[in-house]
Amino acid sequence: MRTRIGFDGDSMTAYLSGEIDHHCAKNTRELIDSLIQQKKPKVLRLDFSGVGFMDSSGIGLIIGRYRMMMLYGGYVRVVNVPEGLEKLMLLSGLGALDILERHGEAIETTE
Amino acid sequence: MVKLLKPLNEMNLSFDSCSANEAFARSAVAAFVTQLDPTVAELNELRTAVSEAVTNCVVHAYRDTIGKIFINVKIFSDMQITVKIRDSGCGIADISKAMEPLYTTAPDEERAGLGFAVMQSFSDSVSVRSSVGKGTTVTLKKKLSRRVSNG
Repeated sequence: MRTRIGFDGDSMTAYLSGEIDHHCAKNTRELIDSLIQQKKPKVLRLDFSGVGFMDSSGIGLIIGRYRMMMLYGGYVRVVNVPEGLEKLMLLSGLGALDILERHGEAIETTE
Repeated sequence: MVKLLKPLNEMNLSFDSCSANEAFARSAVAAFVTQLDPTVAELNELRTAVSEAVTNCVVHAYRDTIGKIFINVKIFSDMQITVKIRDSGCGIADISKAMEPLYTTAPDEERAGLGFAVMQSFSDSVSVRSSVGKGTTVTLKKKLSRRVSNG
């Protein structure tokens, strides 16, 4: 997986792409965390548009960054979630955190 | 009770429990199953479930060591597939505890504790057999939809 980082004002966007699994999540998490500590953004956007596959390591990546941003008084938005990943995202309970977006619309949790 | 059906096709893999092989394992299983012409969603679910099971072997079964992971895939006549993921690692003392969502014994690895929940959600059945000090076998079963052939 590759990760590109962009900054816009006080928001930082991590463009994730490829496959997110346990093997590659570590490097991505270290890259994002070091930049959060350096730049202290208000908003961290995790852009999933380029992600073709993820397992629960992707959930760990989101929850870990969510906690870190809370610690710094900021928040996380998970954006451009491909349809194929929604089931996994909702299964994890992420829907309850109200941080998921798909093409600008919040993903509703359905029961 | 157990029907001993003969599989139509079968494959076996064994590989080292290094994390780089997580992608290899899920891709290899998906490549084998492709002959059944599964839907993209079915194949993705299978890849996800296999990835979780193999990651468990890497992270938990062989925590600070490298051991062997064995995968056996069987295809049966009714589009039923069985994937067994086996290790000879530390074993699981309390399987029902290990299968609880959000339970993890490796929080510093940032594991969400969702491995078994994802396997259960993305396959039709998951069974776990484990013996402490000897290893664990996870069996995933999934029935694929039969698609109408276009000729």
